[in-house]
Amino acid sequence: MIATKFIPDFSVSPHVDQVGIEERASRFTKRSIKNETKINGLKLALNMIDLTTLEGKDTDGKVKQLCYKAIHLHDSYPDLPTVAAICVYPSMVKVAKKALEGTGVKVASVATAFPSGQAPRDIKIRDTKFAVAQGADEVDMVISRGKFLEGEYNFVFDEIAAIKEACGEARLKVILETGELVTYDKVRKASDIAMYAGADFIKTSTGKISPAATMPVTLVMLEAIRDFYYKTGKRIAMKPAGGISKSKLALHYLVMLNEVLGEEWMNNHWFRFGASSLANDILMQLMKQKTGVYQSANYFSID
Amino acid sequence: MATKKSNTIKLKFDSARNLAPAPESKSAAKIDPRYDLFINGKFEKPLSKKYFGTINPATEEKLSEVAEANQADVNRAVKAARAAYDNVWKKMPAKERAKYIYRIARMIQERAREFAIIESLDGGKPIRESRDFDVPTAANHFFYYAGWADKLEYAFPNRTTQPLGVAGQIIPWNFPLLMAAWKIAPALATGNTVVLKPAETTPLTALKLAEIIQEADLPPGVVNIITGAGATGAAIVNHPDINKIAFTGSTDVGKIIQRAIAGTNKKATLELGGKAANIIFDDAPLDQAVEGVINGIFFNQGHVCCAGSRLYVQESVFKEVVRKLKDRMETMIVGDPLDKNTDIGAINSRQQLETINKYLKIGQQEGAEMYQSSCSIPRKGFFCRPTIFTNVAQSNRIAQEEIFGPVLAIQSFRTDDEVIEKANNTPFGLSAGVWTDKGSKIFNMTTKLRAGVVWANTFNKFDPTSPFGGYKESGYGREGGLHGLAAYVNIV
Repeated sequence: MIATKFIPDFSVSPHVDQVGIEERASRFTKRSIKNETKINGLKLALNMIDLTTLEGKDTDGKVKQLCYKAIHLHDSYPDLPTVAAICVYPSMVKVAKKALEGTGVKVASVATAFPSGQAPRDIKIRDTKFAVAQGADEVDMVISRGKFLEGEYNFVFDEIAAIKEACGEARLKVILETGELVTYDKVRKASDIAMYAGADFIKTSTGKISPAATMPVTLVMLEAIRDFYYKTGKRIAMKPAGGISKSKLALHYLVMLNEVLGEEWMNNHWFRFGASSLANDILMQLMKQKTGVYQSANYFSID
Repeated sequence: MATKKSNTIKLKFDSARNLAPAPESKSAAKIDPRYDLFINGKFEKPLSKKYFGTINPATEEKLSEVAEANQADVNRAVKAARAAYDNVWKKMPAKERAKYIYRIARMIQERAREFAIIESLDGGKPIRESRDFDVPTAANHFFYYAGWADKLEYAFPNRTTQPLGVAGQIIPWNFPLLMAAWKIAPALATGNTVVLKPAETTPLTALKLAEIIQEADLPPGVVNIITGAGATGAAIVNHPDINKIAFTGSTDVGKIIQRAIAGTNKKATLELGGKAANIIFDDAPLDQAVEGVINGIFFNQGHVCCAGSRLYVQESVFKEVVRKLKDRMETMIVGDPLDKNTDIGAINSRQQLETINKYLKIGQQEGAEMYQSSCSIPRKGFFCRPTIFTNVAQSNRIAQEEIFGPVLAIQSFRTDDEVIEKANNTPFGLSAGVWTDKGSKIFNMTTKLRAGVVWANTFNKFDPTSPFGGYKESGYGREGGLHGLAAYVNIV
């Protein structure tokens, strides 16, 4: 399946100037977010979190706890939103799906031999189909970075398109693993390939590689989404993942999102944070805004 | 899949502009109700007995009143500067001079917040700029030239330099403190004494600098700061005991000064107007180029002599660049200069706002297409929305004359030769910008553009180590860097 009628020549994706993009990204951090804008921003950020556990030692019990946390972030603060989704390995999808039934919180599953992507295509497709069959609403795939860096863009394109087909109704997040792509030009090119191949989301990182999401990398991807939208009329969602653990940084990302893609992207259908420790920092800030004092970390549940 | 035509697509940025107020506190700055003239190390009442008000252009409220120096006051200031030059400053060992300049630099840093607030109150520029650009760069100029003071023999190898004497310095209202630093720092480092006049709409930070100079214990008379309007400036320019005129301001006044000093022994540096060409080639990193255009024309409300006020875009990316530019303009916050989120503050004066509005009318009458961002602007005070004109001809006045406001004239071009010809087709030549991913093209362009500064893949970047100045009607002489020293010495 080809997602759009027009497929551009990816070897000539737009260039990104390193100095310029980093300067622009740092400018967003100069915005001073106060009072009601801050509280609204913090709540929105909570609502955009893909609460994540991706470890070999994950158990049914841990996933169930995380699912409970997803809908009861901090019950002493009334009317808090839920997070957007729980992100787990395929084998945990069934447990999460059951725990979250009827809550509106989505279940996302990584797939395609996450995090390395070092497996043949048929295994990646089976991995994806398994996750979807278990009930995943969203699939987070990884691209074949080796092939991409070799210049095998068609391979990468076809693979994404094949996984998209295997996803069926599930929304597809394409992880570029920008820490392995190194340059902004390559991030831009990979973003374009993913979107034209049918990605519903583009996502920075697995969280297993450092550096994970950074503001300049996310800005490059947001600008790619904006250009794609103007060319095709199709909205693509964005998910920076890894390395965003403080509320202040999350607010900087929201400022950036708001100024690049505008208010129509300011919801969890079109933007997510892939994070695990961010939620508690936001809760701590919200409690501080409410009570005027910081509470110790012991008052916030760790799941 | 639903595919919409791209001309029906529009991103929405209202929420990006509607942030809760985040004002910097006015109370962190102390402004006296009245300021006298700073002559011979003391604040002296003007012999003219006259004062004039200075207002906050964002609210039109009076901030303070300052003395109006007449001919007799100028005489006093020049006399003090001459005495300080002959008796103290030219005899002082260079490394001692440097200590004073370092001290001034450090004291500006210590009081940076207060300077930033007053600069924004008096001039209308956003606090983000006065805090992050004006004040730190001003301190850097003092640091940089303090370092040169005892190393002039390395600046001019195998030559001996002598100071000129008394420098008369007249500075504009767009970067009041920074321009004072640009002028005072090299003059002191080379052993000259100074009579400086800030612009009549923005005298406060220069007078605050006078307070610092007093606290720094600079010998009396080495720096004299006197306030007033055009007549005061003329008295300085025409004073027979001044050896050097340093002027930054309009080309019209520059021409008057040039005539006035013709036939005298006065040296001069003139940094005048500009109508810089910012050139985007089709291989440029477009989003960063657009950001550079934004910084080029909307920095300091466009009150920048080197502002990139003419944009040339290669035709194959013209539509895309204009679209990106419009989207970016929509996110700009226009309003209270003291709010930390403000991108574009107040126009410096009613008079300047009228000039800008006059050009907006002229542009439309000439047939150019005007686009302004949809943001709201405060009812009180002097404000102008960020504005671009497309469908502009090289013969339009908005493409030829310096507007000195947030107004950009955009044209397209096809070939390199065409854009070089168009870019150079102006009486000015202060700055230019080139945006391309190709290094060889950058070098080709920079050798052919007749402008004092050519930025490549960036715009409006300043550093004390870099010389700055113009070609043609943008003036002559260089300020900043090693070249800035040469303007204040006789080389023997």
